[in-house]
Amino acid sequence: MGRKYLARKTLHALATLAFVLAFNFFLFRVMPGDPIRLLARGAATHMTPQRIAQIEHEQGLDRPLPQQFVVYAENTLTGRFGISFVTNESVTNVVARAIWPTVLLVGSATLIATFFGLWAGIKGAWGRGSVFDTSSLFGSLVLYSAPEGWLGMILLIIFVGTLHWFPAGQMSSNTGQTGLANVLDVLSHLFLPCMTLVLGYIGEYTIIMRSSLLEVMGEDFVMTARAKGVPDRLVRRSHAVPNALLPTLTLVFYSFGFILGGSVIVEAVYSWPGLGLLTYRAIQDLDYNVIQAVFLLFSLAVIAFNLAADIMYGYLDPRVREA
Amino acid sequence: MQTLDPTPSDPPVLVDETVDLIPPKSPRRIGWARRRRALSVFWKTYRRSRMGMVGLVMMILFILLAVFGPLFVPARNVSVAFAPGKPFQPPSLQWPLGTDNFGRSVLSLIVVGSRISLIVGFAATVVTMVLGAGIGIASGFYGGKTDTLLNALTNWFLVIPWIALAIVMASILGPTLLNIILIIGITSWAGTARLVRAQALTVKERPYVERARALGGGDLHTITHHILPNVMPVIFANTVLTVALSILAETTLSLLGLGDPNSISWGGIINEAFQAGALSAGYWWWIIPPGVMIVLVVLSFTMCGYALDEIINPRLRAR
Repeated sequence: MGRKYLARKTLHALATLAFVLAFNFFLFRVMPGDPIRLLARGAATHMTPQRIAQIEHEQGLDRPLPQQFVVYAENTLTGRFGISFVTNESVTNVVARAIWPTVLLVGSATLIATFFGLWAGIKGAWGRGSVFDTSSLFGSLVLYSAPEGWLGMILLIIFVGTLHWFPAGQMSSNTGQTGLANVLDVLSHLFLPCMTLVLGYIGEYTIIMRSSLLEVMGEDFVMTARAKGVPDRLVRRSHAVPNALLPTLTLVFYSFGFILGGSVIVEAVYSWPGLGLLTYRAIQDLDYNVIQAVFLLFSLAVIAFNLAADIMYGYLDPRVREA
Repeated sequence: MQTLDPTPSDPPVLVDETVDLIPPKSPRRIGWARRRRALSVFWKTYRRSRMGMVGLVMMILFILLAVFGPLFVPARNVSVAFAPGKPFQPPSLQWPLGTDNFGRSVLSLIVVGSRISLIVGFAATVVTMVLGAGIGIASGFYGGKTDTLLNALTNWFLVIPWIALAIVMASILGPTLLNIILIIGITSWAGTARLVRAQALTVKERPYVERARALGGGDLHTITHHILPNVMPVIFANTVLTVALSILAETTLSLLGLGDPNSISWGGIINEAFQAGALSAGYWWWIIPPGVMIVLVVLSFTMCGYALDEIINPRLRAR
């Protein structure tokens, strides 16, 4: 792949990261409610005034703005996000603990939703106007219109409250089992929050795949393939779908931020101990250091995913590299 | 053989069934006649879309509900202090959707909440459209350094995950209705800006824009009279879809506890139910109905938006 393309995209990602860092700094200092007041509002219920003054000093809040920025940049780039006002623990530790549950939840949901979404989109577009197409399109629109948090509550009412099929909340039953039993236990806790996210996003992926394939189906090379007598199944598999898959997969990568955002409320509903639940609790407690750290981490993840999408697209489609 | 017109001084009147028989006199009236005709052609195409029509009817019903519904709800039905029923009553003849933790009627809450949900949806859409269209047109029309800067800003805002940004802003600014509207607008304008910029770039190169400029049309005139009207169709479909997204965004913020605690919205009702432990207690009537309303209203706007999109972007129309 062209080195110039790679360098340009990486540079762009770094510039975006720099913007997010600067934006985060100003968000907390320029917007109404300066950080010292915010700190006091968030921390007042948990700390003594002396402790608050000490934290202010550590985070450089008692210095002029340019110096504050230096302290902020230094702290952020070295991964020091201060302490959580609520637990007095270092934010870095709190966040690090919560990363893996979220990776497990969001990762599994993304894979499942992508797989079934693309499948339904391909089947729908190929049989445009069929019963399957109409019902999957309508189902997609309904699911797309449903707030994820509410979907999670509905699944909880049905499968936990009424049918008692799954355990309620958290990530494991904490009975200290190991090995396979533990894996199964975590899976049974994972199932409902994961399904909630899948249902919340599968509709979008179905619609994207469907319209992308419809567009490709109108292209000349598809008609050529048909005209020279290529069987329908082969036209679909080797001519139409590969060309429609490319932009769709890229859009799936780009939409990663949305599914990550959706996990916040879903984790809160299911008490899944990931970044989302951490964020939810931090909002209730006005624990600004945690909120800031999660904001940066989410942005970093999305920027990384976008870069990955760009690189993948450039690798698979030479036309993009040249542009 | 062609016979000569007996009165050559009279200009020939072309009779077009779709235009008024009296020819319009001023340019303004010609413009309006043209617009009326375009609108009626548009409506004929739109009417054929079953999805669009179902969405439109639902949308009108919801707007009527939000405008007139609250007038028929007795104030004490939604008052915390003078709540008429006992708390946590399941649905009955007296309370069709049961009561909440204060003994307020959930049905009344939903009717009253429709207004806030739609107001936030529409107002946030206005903010989104003004920001998105303004930045998109400026970026596409002026080009050069302005474009580089605004385009970079747009791309940045496209990347920042909206929910993370919204959470940060809402927790700093505090949860009032106005703040929520502004936050939704500020976190969602970038998609519109990109769309409008692309459209403005192509419109800018069209011959009539060049003609207008050659005749001495300034930037403001060109933008308001030539660019904006031709970007409008794209903005229109996008607007309808944005209302749906804004209502969903308001719900998400409310569920995160970042909604305005002093006003009743559908998301807010679900959040109160969640906070009050309605899930573990099994008070389904308090959680399911407001969510169903959200799904239906978002669905109606989305269906209209897709139908509009199909007309405006004919590439997707059935071949």
